[in-house]
Amino acid sequence: MDQAAERSSDRAVGEVVEASTAEIVAQCHRLYDAPPLGALVRSEGDSPVYGVVAEVTTRSIDPGRRTMAMGEDDPSGDAVYERNPQLARLLATEFRAAVVGHREDGVLRRRLAPLPPRIHDFVYRCADDETAAFSETLDFLPLLLAAPVGSPDEVVAAFLRRASRAHDDPTAFLLRAGKELATALGGQFQRLGPILKGLAP
Amino acid sequence: MNGPDDTGTRLGVVVGGSLTEGVDVRLDGVRSTEDVKVGTFVGIQGARSRFLGVVTDVSLETTDQALRASPPDVSDPFVAQVVSGTSAYGTIRVEPMLAIGVEGYEPAKTVPPHFAAASTASEEDIATVFGSEDERHFWIGSPLDMETRLCLDLRELVKRSNGVFGKSGTGKTFLTRLLLAGILQSGEATNLVFDMESEYGWRGYSEANLEVKGLKQLFPSKVAVFSLDEESSRRRGLTPDYVVRIGYEEIEPEDIEVLRETLGLSEVAADAAYSLHRHFGASSWLREFLSASGRQTIFELADAIGVNGNALARLHNRLTRLRRFGFVDEAGGHDSVNHILTYLDRGMHVVLEFGRYGRDMAAYVLVANLLTRRIYRRYVERKERASAEGRGEPDPLVITIEEAHKFLTPSVAGQTIFGTIAREMRKYNVSLLIVDQRPSGIDQEVVSQLGTKFTCLLDSEPDIDAVLRGVSGSRKLRSVLARLEPKQQALIFGHALPMPVVARTRDYGTPESYRELGWRDAAEMRAQVERDVDDLFGPESG
Repeated sequence: MDQAAERSSDRAVGEVVEASTAEIVAQCHRLYDAPPLGALVRSEGDSPVYGVVAEVTTRSIDPGRRTMAMGEDDPSGDAVYERNPQLARLLATEFRAAVVGHREDGVLRRRLAPLPPRIHDFVYRCADDETAAFSETLDFLPLLLAAPVGSPDEVVAAFLRRASRAHDDPTAFLLRAGKELATALGGQFQRLGPILKGLAP
Repeated sequence: MNGPDDTGTRLGVVVGGSLTEGVDVRLDGVRSTEDVKVGTFVGIQGARSRFLGVVTDVSLETTDQALRASPPDVSDPFVAQVVSGTSAYGTIRVEPMLAIGVEGYEPAKTVPPHFAAASTASEEDIATVFGSEDERHFWIGSPLDMETRLCLDLRELVKRSNGVFGKSGTGKTFLTRLLLAGILQSGEATNLVFDMESEYGWRGYSEANLEVKGLKQLFPSKVAVFSLDEESSRRRGLTPDYVVRIGYEEIEPEDIEVLRETLGLSEVAADAAYSLHRHFGASSWLREFLSASGRQTIFELADAIGVNGNALARLHNRLTRLRRFGFVDEAGGHDSVNHILTYLDRGMHVVLEFGRYGRDMAAYVLVANLLTRRIYRRYVERKERASAEGRGEPDPLVITIEEAHKFLTPSVAGQTIFGTIAREMRKYNVSLLIVDQRPSGIDQEVVSQLGTKFTCLLDSEPDIDAVLRGVSGSRKLRSVLARLEPKQQALIFGHALPMPVVARTRDYGTPESYRELGWRDAAEMRAQVERDVDDLFGPESG
């Protein structure tokens, strides 16, 4: 196991089920065990691909079978799960991560990877020190702003809020990030404004 | 960030512009427009040379036009901080003046490339361009917001006539005192000052009515104070070196010509003086004319010399005013010009105090013109003789005149000696230092011939126009000039400086400023003498 893996949490949160150079879709090993929106994740191996969690979904594993409401007589949702332990097998949690960087020959590069990770590669959630190291420079923000996901701006704000907690001086980090965004979104204050509001400490 | 005085503070990068309009520098996010002022020196590092320029404009820009319509919520300090310097930023326009290469500097003929880094000028930039303080380079002040000493090349300065302009109370007199002290110390020229308000010789007063030392107090062995009004000089605690008196025979028709506007004479009346001069002869025309009394006599005289009787009567009426001047002496036989020349030849600097006559423009114009014309004539003779015989030329002479708009008006500048000197540059080693608050009243040809102009705050449009006419880049200098502080600040441009500069002029009037000019108080003088004695003869043993 390489050093980067040691620093992150040692248990994989899921494995790759769909991959392209721009995004990774991973299924969680356990239901509802996805890393949160904006978290930094990476694939396994010496040349991991880094992504920011941009979407989390939980649904039936069989696309042809739509889940039905079934707890009419139960006092709560928890009771439904207790009464139907098979649900953990019939449902699956997936997350989509926008690719923001990769490691190549030991060097961290904040841009798209030349090739996506393999299917079934494990995906790990990066620990604070790794997140801090990755967000040391923010050249990848334009990549994230243009990520092919539902609302990239929310993802950016979520990522920066999270990453700020990994830094020694969260306020200074957010200010730097805010300025970086303002530069990246020059001429688009309509987009910048809400992101900044979402960043405000 | 570097301190402003070693390598300069980084301001931003070049993002556009042209040689004619100046280059635009986008300020870095951390720099506010409030950090930069018009007139500040900026150094821009190109690939091959370093450009030195001056800020001529400061503007605010936004990356998004929508920000103008719906400004961000800056009550949120985070948003305000992020937006400032990024979406909303400042730019400055820098007029590139000089390109500094390995072999010194030359006028900028191109602009630095895109994204060249701009910073405030460093001390080294200033020293490279303006020189360091030495015998020839006089410390005149500091560039805006810098402590660096800005120096003026005095040798170049005295080669041409110069002007000190500014509305009253802006520090013209202080600046002039400094220039005179500088010229005096350097020995590049001798000074002759026509001191209208008697404020250069012995002592003057600041705006706050504090007493400041005049040249004689600072440099007693090098300065002689002449006076037209001995009584006034003595009242101010000064024994003049010489009391100037002017004989009737010394006044020439040209002197009357210059007084035309001051005395309210028509051209015909002033011309009549020439006819009188021809009629009575050079030595007695004025005496004879003024001794004529009665309308009948004047009209008979007019007939005899063929001029209009009324014009002559008017001339007579006006010239009787001269009799009231205590320094005008019917008896004659004074040779004030020679006295002044004797002092000047000894390397002494002469300040002529007008005392109470300073308030009478006619007296000032008459005396300044009369003496200058004669002194100039002597310099012309000497210079011509020197070049004919291949001998040394006379030392340069700088003549300081005040209220020049009274006798360098377009209508008389062509005829007066001052107009001649200003236009001839320094052909005969005589140049002018014009001190004036209304440059628009001075003949344009004279103003445009001035080598170096020291301009304190001027707020009338015609005056600003007059000072800047014919100066390259005047449109940009105008914005600088109109925003000078009302005191101790001057825009200096012209021959003696490689580029225009806004300077906070050096202090004058504090004990420290006197010491920096070489003055020693009595105790220090004694101590110095004792040290000299010790050096010569060894310390006293008993």
